[in-house]
Amino acid sequence: MRFTWFNLMPWPYLQDDFREKNRSVWVDIDANLFDPVKGHEVYNNYLDLLEYAGKLGFDGIGVNEHHQNAYGLMPSPNLIAASLARRTDDVALVVLGASIALYNPPLRVAEEFAMLDCISGGRLVAGFPVGTSMDTNYCYGTIPGLTREKYREAHELIKRAWAAREPFAFNGRYTKLRYVNPWPRPIQQPHPPIHIPGGGSLETFDFCIDNTYSYSYLSFGGYVRGQALMQGYWDRVAERNAPDSSPYRAGFAQTICVADTDAEAERLYAKHVSYFYNRCLHVYPGFADAPGYRTIKTIQKGILSQYSPQSMFQELSWKELVDNGSVIAGSPETVTHRMEDLIQKLRVGNIFCLMQIGDMPQDKCMHSTRLFAEKVMPKLRNLFPEFQDDGRFWCKPLAKRAKPGALPMEAELGSPVGAER
Amino acid sequence: MQLKTIRTERAAVRYYESGEGHPLVFLHGAGGVDMDLGFLDSLAQKYHVYAPLVPGYGDSEECAELRDMLDFTLHTWDVVERLGLKDPILAGFSMGGMIASEMAAIAPNDVSRLALIAPAGLWMDEHPIPDIFAMLPYELPGYLFYDAEAGAKLMSAGTNMSDPKFLQAFLVQNARQLGAAGKILFPIPERGLASRLYRIKARTMLIWGEGDKLIPPVYAREFQRGIAGAEVVVIPRAGHVAPFEKPAEVIGAIARLQ
Repeated sequence: MRFTWFNLMPWPYLQDDFREKNRSVWVDIDANLFDPVKGHEVYNNYLDLLEYAGKLGFDGIGVNEHHQNAYGLMPSPNLIAASLARRTDDVALVVLGASIALYNPPLRVAEEFAMLDCISGGRLVAGFPVGTSMDTNYCYGTIPGLTREKYREAHELIKRAWAAREPFAFNGRYTKLRYVNPWPRPIQQPHPPIHIPGGGSLETFDFCIDNTYSYSYLSFGGYVRGQALMQGYWDRVAERNAPDSSPYRAGFAQTICVADTDAEAERLYAKHVSYFYNRCLHVYPGFADAPGYRTIKTIQKGILSQYSPQSMFQELSWKELVDNGSVIAGSPETVTHRMEDLIQKLRVGNIFCLMQIGDMPQDKCMHSTRLFAEKVMPKLRNLFPEFQDDGRFWCKPLAKRAKPGALPMEAELGSPVGAER
Repeated sequence: MQLKTIRTERAAVRYYESGEGHPLVFLHGAGGVDMDLGFLDSLAQKYHVYAPLVPGYGDSEECAELRDMLDFTLHTWDVVERLGLKDPILAGFSMGGMIASEMAAIAPNDVSRLALIAPAGLWMDEHPIPDIFAMLPYELPGYLFYDAEAGAKLMSAGTNMSDPKFLQAFLVQNARQLGAAGKILFPIPERGLASRLYRIKARTMLIWGEGDKLIPPVYAREFQRGIAGAEVVVIPRAGHVAPFEKPAEVIGAIARLQ
């Protein structure tokens, strides 16, 4: 199993009556609610927590991309990953991911990922999301009906750019480049492992299967509801005669809180879980799904419950969220038991652990994270022993990596500078 | 009205046809043609009316090859060509008015009469056009109708959003239709028409509901500034969907092109 500690970086200062006073947490959220001075504290706190998780034995620490969004303060996940690359040592940097259709030219993502891979010594796990409709269409203005075509072209450009060893011309519909020749290129060859976050479209299932990418379902709806979608994926893996059904072909994001007892978990975390589910997910339904963003085939398949107003926008209690699996919470035993259930039912080798939840303060987040790392994770490690050597979907760091901050003391520098010593 | 199919190089195009007289091509708005069928029936008393659907509208297949404004403009010329029409009166409502304007600008010698009913295609920062792509169904009537309450009743007649089957059919149709419209209207319904308006040689009527809350009537003056000799007719007690709310007045305005 691979566990990635994920931080969405939610803004923790939304007022109690946020839902009543604002129509959306995303896209057209009130700019006055952001305070850059508090932002300084928030970013540094969240970076500290990611680094903390990196020391506790998680396989990866994870970041993602959102725009104009109060529950996701990372318009540029690569900036955050770059900062983490220097302050962490052996943990994977999971960027899930950079929205390749949004950059002009998308080659920028190939370059930045290559930089991250070089700086971190091959610790990058790369993600190529199409992006949500809110981010891609409403915030970044991409035409919904052309988004997927643009995405596929960007993907082709990046893959070719990483593989090429001499400049080539790329005559795309959306990007035309005479000299594609990225410097640097990634350490990991032929490219870093690629994970694709998806929301249930057949096209994305096939895209992952055909390219040997890991399919990640990043929902906040929990594993009980996620089961139908993941089953759809595994059915497709079988239908297309993929060479294997390794659980590492799939990932799932799950909100998790651990305390000493079940009751303690509710006492410590209910408030912050409510903040996230009832305030941070308050998205205006008009922004949920621009017409043309989803393919007709996907709509006809009817896996849209995730974003339907009934499921996403009503006020939910701790009990409801725990019962329906949106949140896995409780004592280490309870959490271990439910995580096992999740991992087996969904058949997922990659777990993205959402453990910084809403306005959760640092100490609670550390407590929950440590308990998970020490008392839950070890018991879940070997659930798929027959696939333990499947390294296709994870990074392969250099054995010998540079140490950040390893300049010699100035006093040790002999003079003259540059003389052979 | 008869619903027929004609084939161009790129797409199978569904179109309504009815009436006798001078040919008139009507291009529908982003909402589709259904609400305008009564208007088209009346129009067919005077003209030989052809109303082609943008691929993806009604029961027609979407066309992935139509991506940008030039594609839409040339596609619609292809349709006119296949219909065998020479210099038809070109009429367009809202999105259709945008396409008609582009057609008249790209081939100024092939269009001598142009009727633009609350056309899209221009953008004024001081009068932003509301975002139809972020509207929920219940919000639309307020922007479309002069009498929003009556409009709401009309639009919700026969719809049941809590029925999953209906909802799925609605979502599919919405994705097909507005997905196609988005190619030229998203995120801002402007694709450079302002710099091409000067090319239009057609005699042009600009027909606008006085209470248009989607594309406010101030845009009529902006079109008029761009098209030499264009006349503005403002229809009292009509909103954006003037052909639906005041068909006789809109037809009267079109008739002034004779």
